[in-house]
Amino acid sequence: MSRGLIIGAFLTLIFASLACVSLLWIPYDIETFQIPNKLKRPNWDNWLGTDHFGRDILSMVMMGARTSIAVALLAVGIGMVIGVPLGLFSAARRGSFLDEFIMRGNDLIFAFPSLVIAILITAVFGASAVNAIVAIGIFNIPVFARLTRAAALPLWERDFVLSARVCGKSEMRISVEHIFPNIMNLMIVQGTIQFSLGILAEASLSYIGLGAQPPTASWGRMLADAQTLVSIAPHVALVPGFAILLMVLGLNLMGDGLRDLFDPRIKKDRA
Amino acid sequence: MNLLSIEHLSLSIGDTKILHDVSIEMRPGEIVAITGESGSGKSMTALAVMGLLPRGSVADGLILLENTNILGTSESDLCSMRGCSMGMVFQEPMTALNPVQTIGDQVAETITIHKKASKHNANIQARAMLRRVGLKVDPSRYPHELSGGQRQRVVIAMAIALRPKLLIADEPTTALDVTTQATILKLLKDLVTEFDMGLLIITHDLAVVADIADKIVVMQKGHVVEAAATYDLLHNMRHPYTKSLFNASNHKVILPEYRPSSPFLSVESVTRKYNLPRVKVFGLRSTFQALNGVSFTISHGERVGLVGESGCGKSTLTRAILGLEEVQEGQILLDGQAVFTKKVVNLSVRRKMQVVFQDPYSSFNPRHRVDRLIAEPLHVLNNKIMGKDRERAVAKALEDVGMRPEDSSKFIHEFSGGQRQRIAIARALIIEPELIVFDEAVSALDVSIRAQVLDLIAGLCQKRQLAYLFISHDLSVVSTITDRVIVMQSGKIVEQGDTHQVFSNPQHSYTQRLIASAPKLPEIA
Repeated sequence: MSRGLIIGAFLTLIFASLACVSLLWIPYDIETFQIPNKLKRPNWDNWLGTDHFGRDILSMVMMGARTSIAVALLAVGIGMVIGVPLGLFSAARRGSFLDEFIMRGNDLIFAFPSLVIAILITAVFGASAVNAIVAIGIFNIPVFARLTRAAALPLWERDFVLSARVCGKSEMRISVEHIFPNIMNLMIVQGTIQFSLGILAEASLSYIGLGAQPPTASWGRMLADAQTLVSIAPHVALVPGFAILLMVLGLNLMGDGLRDLFDPRIKKDRA
Repeated sequence: MNLLSIEHLSLSIGDTKILHDVSIEMRPGEIVAITGESGSGKSMTALAVMGLLPRGSVADGLILLENTNILGTSESDLCSMRGCSMGMVFQEPMTALNPVQTIGDQVAETITIHKKASKHNANIQARAMLRRVGLKVDPSRYPHELSGGQRQRVVIAMAIALRPKLLIADEPTTALDVTTQATILKLLKDLVTEFDMGLLIITHDLAVVADIADKIVVMQKGHVVEAAATYDLLHNMRHPYTKSLFNASNHKVILPEYRPSSPFLSVESVTRKYNLPRVKVFGLRSTFQALNGVSFTISHGERVGLVGESGCGKSTLTRAILGLEEVQEGQILLDGQAVFTKKVVNLSVRRKMQVVFQDPYSSFNPRHRVDRLIAEPLHVLNNKIMGKDRERAVAKALEDVGMRPEDSSKFIHEFSGGQRQRIAIARALIIEPELIVFDEAVSALDVSIRAQVLDLIAGLCQKRQLAYLFISHDLSVVSTITDRVIVMQSGKIVEQGDTHQVFSNPQHSYTQRLIASAPKLPEIA
């Protein structure tokens, strides 16, 4: 296992456990304002200080982690659940009209700058966490569809797939039994990387106020709120900024590490 | 004075010992062949001579090329030696050439790197060298425009462009057709005499080198087990491994008598065309005729061989018979039923035939266990076999091919190539098909393993009535394992008949050429 994978997995695990803990307990309630306590520097009572409403920043970061992870995870889920079957289907019917139709449809989605369309969707259907999930999820579909198809195509030429066809198995059945298990590792790696992009996208959307709405905490909104206070209380901006940075870094390191781990060629070199 | 002497060479990578105390000597103008099965260390020996050992390997001993010890030479000095005083020819001419450079440029490159020749002079020399290796095409062509044999000639031209003293050829003809193989071997032999260089040829096939080598070195598991002049070695084998290798290459199986019966598979004037890409934007598409009016039959229990060189339509025919691809004209009937009815594959036909592919490494889904792999064809049966019956069927199939029933819970990567091919046969046998298509099923195996698998197939024929179509480019295998043989050339059947008759008295000129160029081991009592 590479060092990157361990560091990445460690960072990811920290944020995931912060999010899990927040389900049961957070140090302070974040829905009540305590204006007298506002903009405190980090101290023993508030480990990461407080914001301009006197809310505990650690509690906000924990709640924000929950939002970020939930939005990104669901968005990746949408991408995988729709994209992977589309890719498998395209690969099974490679060269057919439907294959062409699906892949050109993907190109169409790819052609739009994802964040701009996400802004459009949330602007039209209203700003909410659910719409953010759908908007980010739609742009994950072509990523997974293309990757699946590209990885599945060479497998279709392999002898074990031919012999399954000789056994009379249908294309769909071969896709599920033979193709999918052999590309699953790729999907896990890509899923991790899309996950980190999802976190960034969620942060960007809530930064411009189109993501999860208050009082739901989110890192992007925390950044936006702290923007005007940077000169008086820099920690209010730094904390959510670093949270985004470390989470995305962790996921990317983990994705790279997993790719190396699953790649048999690299494994052979180390052995 | 020796050109090359390898003295007590030992090599290990990590904790694995690759070579043990290897000593080989060769004089200028001599052809030395290193032969052995996979894992014998023959390729590693060649790489050590080139100073191209993989990272992390520790070598011990001496490799003297004239008076330079390769093992003690720095990488930059080795770079100037490679290509200049030693050249190398690789197995796969497809990957040994840069696809985006013309062949003339690639040969000229070797010259400009080592000699301070002007581009113009280098090109003239490259042109001459390409002509010397018998290449009649223009040097401005790209590798993809050439055939496999022509590409191998380019690779040879690159290796000998500066007239090295030592040429190393690692399986130079393994990827080529037999007729091409014969011409390339002749070319190598002529070049050795003309340039007075030493040729170290690595091969797994004893028959390939029996004709041209002066000396043969037999390796097994990193040891040199026997080394002698070719004639001495072949006529007076001392080591049991050499004998077993020799016997395995000449292996003959005993097939049960074939009693003529009614036709089972009949292929009736089948034609398959492929559209080629347009050359011009609005030009007409030309077509490539892979199969052209092919007709033959296989009777119940008949063992038929299909031989031909690459591109003759063997693969297309196999795919058509297996119902993986539809043909445009003609029809394929199995037991009176068409393989395809209106674009849909006939399932009842599928129940009667199975296939064993060439590559034991890509024939299995690496993520399934052996029992699931073997049981896969049961899917095609009408009444599904489940639970205990299924376990029993898997165990029986494994036992039929000489494996243990306990192997069923293992993954495929735990088995060797030969064992995998047995498992592939077990998979084909489980639904007790009447016809099995062996698509180059023993071509990727070492000779001793190949002999075992051939024995296994013959043994299966003893036990039950089994018809098969045995597709191979290896004539010696086909001659022993089949009753009847079909010879194909560019999409047509040029000759078919009783195996023994066709091999002893070929009628068609192509068959004659094919048989004449097949490498043969001398008959030794």
